Amino acid sequence: MSAPFAGFAGNLAACAAVFRARCRALLQYRAAAAAGFGTQLFWGFIKVMVLEAFYGNAMSGAPPPMALGQAITYTWLGQAFFQLLPFSTNPDPEVRELIRTGAVGYELARPLDLHALWLARALAARVAPTLLRAVPMFAVAVPLLGMALPPSLAAAGAWAAAMVGAAALVGAFATAVTSTMLWTTSGDGIARIVPSLVLVASGMIVPLPLFPPWMLPWLDALPFRGMVDAPFRLYLGHLPAGALPGVLLHQALWTAAFVALGRAMVARGLRRLVVQGG
Amino acid sequence: MSLDATRLYLRLAAASLRAQMQYRASFVMWSVGQFITVGIELLGAWALFDRFGAVRGWRFAEVALLFGLVNVSFALAESFGRGFDTFSAMVRSGDFDRLLLRPRSTAFQVATGEFQFLRAGRLAVGLVMLLWAGSALSVGWTAARLALLAGAIVGGACVFYGLLVLQATLCFWTIESLEIMNALTYGGTEAAQYPLTLYRDWFRRFFTFVVPLAFVSYIPAGALLDRPTVPALPEAARWASPLVGVAFLLVSLRIWRFGERRYQSTGS
Repeated sequence: MSAPFAGFAGNLAACAAVFRARCRALLQYRAAAAAGFGTQLFWGFIKVMVLEAFYGNAMSGAPPPMALGQAITYTWLGQAFFQLLPFSTNPDPEVRELIRTGAVGYELARPLDLHALWLARALAARVAPTLLRAVPMFAVAVPLLGMALPPSLAAAGAWAAAMVGAAALVGAFATAVTSTMLWTTSGDGIARIVPSLVLVASGMIVPLPLFPPWMLPWLDALPFRGMVDAPFRLYLGHLPAGALPGVLLHQALWTAAFVALGRAMVARGLRRLVVQGG
Repeated sequence: MSLDATRLYLRLAAASLRAQMQYRASFVMWSVGQFITVGIELLGAWALFDRFGAVRGWRFAEVALLFGLVNVSFALAESFGRGFDTFSAMVRSGDFDRLLLRPRSTAFQVATGEFQFLRAGRLAVGLVMLLWAGSALSVGWTAARLALLAGAIVGGACVFYGLLVLQATLCFWTIESLEIMNALTYGGTEAAQYPLTLYRDWFRRFFTFVVPLAFVSYIPAGALLDRPTVPALPEAARWASPLVGVAFLLVSLRIWRFGERRYQSTGS
C-alpha cells in the first residue's frame, strides 16, 4: 500500500528539485532580462497611447465597461507578467530537441513521471523570468507610468491567490502543448497557432471587458481568461474579491483538464513511441 | 549595386524560390499558420473599433489601409532580409569569417545567403486588408495614386529591411541578437498600424525623422485619403516614401560597413 505513495512523494521531491534548479539556471540571464524589460516598456507605451486615443473618442457615447485608468493599469500588469504566458518557451525547446534526437529515451530510463517532469520545467521556465521582469516593471510603472496599486488589501490578496492559479493553469496548458510533440516529430503544427490565440483570448492584447458583449460568454468559458484577465481584474477591483472562488474554480477545472489531457497524450505517445536511432 | 551584382542577386533569389517551392506542403502549412496568427491579432484592433467606433477620426477601414501597407512592406522585408534576421547565429559560430575571404561584399553575401519565401501568411493578410480598404474607401484610384501606393510599399520594405540590417550590425558588438531590436521591428509594425497622430510628440518625431516608419504607412495613406499630412513636413513629403526608404536602407548599409570593421571573430 505504501509503495505507490512513496513513489509519488519521491516524484514530487524530484520535481521540486528540478523546478528549483531550472529557476536558478534561468535567473542567470540578467542581460537578456534587461533587454527584454526595455522591449516590454516600449510595447507598453504603444499600447497605452493607443488605448488613450480610443478612450478619447468614447467621451461622447456610453461609458466603456472599464475606466481608462483601469485599462492602463491592466496593460502594465500585462507587460509585467508577459513572461508567464506560453510563447517563446513553448513548446519547451529542450524537450523538442530531446524528442527530435531521440534522447527522450534517456528520460524514460529515469524513475520519474515524464509529464510531471515536463510540468516542473514548464513552471520554472515561466516563474523565474516573470520574477525578473515583474518586479522592475512595478518599480517603474507605479511611480512613473500611471499604473495603480490594488485599491484594497482584499483585492491584493485575491489577485495574489489568482496569480498562483494562473501559473498552475499556464504550466498545465504549456505541458499539454509540449506533449503534442510526441506525435509530430518536428514539434510544430498546433504549437504555432496557439500563442496568438492565447494572446488575444487571455486579454493580453486588449482587456477582455472591451470586447463586444456577445463575445464575452465565450471568452469567459475558455481557459485563457484565467491566465491574465481574471487575476488582473481582481487586482483592479473590477472583479470584487468575492469573485475569487469562482475564478479559482474555473482555473482549477481547466488545470485539471489540461493535466489529464497532457498525461493521456504522454501515456499514449509513449506506447507507440519509436526512438529514432542515432 | 552594379548591374552584374543585381543579376547575380536575382539569380540567387530565383534559385532559392525554386528550391523552397519544392516543399509545397510546408509552404501551405507555414502560410496558413501565419495567416491565422496575424489575423487573430487583428481581432484585438477590431474589438477596439467595435467598442469605440473610431480613433482620432480614423475608422476601421482607414486603419485597415495602414495595417495593409505595414504588413505587406514588412512581409517583403522579412522574406528578402532573412539572412540579416538570423545573422547572430553566423557571428556566434564564426561562419562570418568565411564571408570575409570571398570577392563580394559581406552585405551582399548575407543578403543572398538565405531567403524566406515560405511564410506568405503575413503578406496575404496585408494584401487582403489593402484590397478591402481600397474598395471600401472612396479613394478614387488613378494611375498616380496606384503609383503612390506601389512606391509606399517599396519604400516601406526598404525601411524594414534597413532595420533588419541595423539589427544584424549590432551583432558585431554584442554577438547575441538583442531582443530590444524587436521593439523597432515588431514594435514598429505595431505602432505604424495606427495613425501616427495618436502618439505623443517624442514618439511621433522618432518614427518620422529617426526611423522613418511614418513614410511606410501614415504619410502615404494620408495622401490617398486626402488627409492633411504631418505638420512641419511639406506637401511633397507625400510622394517621398520610396526616396526616404532607399536613403534609410543606404545609411543602414553604411553603418553595416562601419560595424564590420569592428568585427572580431569569436574563434569558434
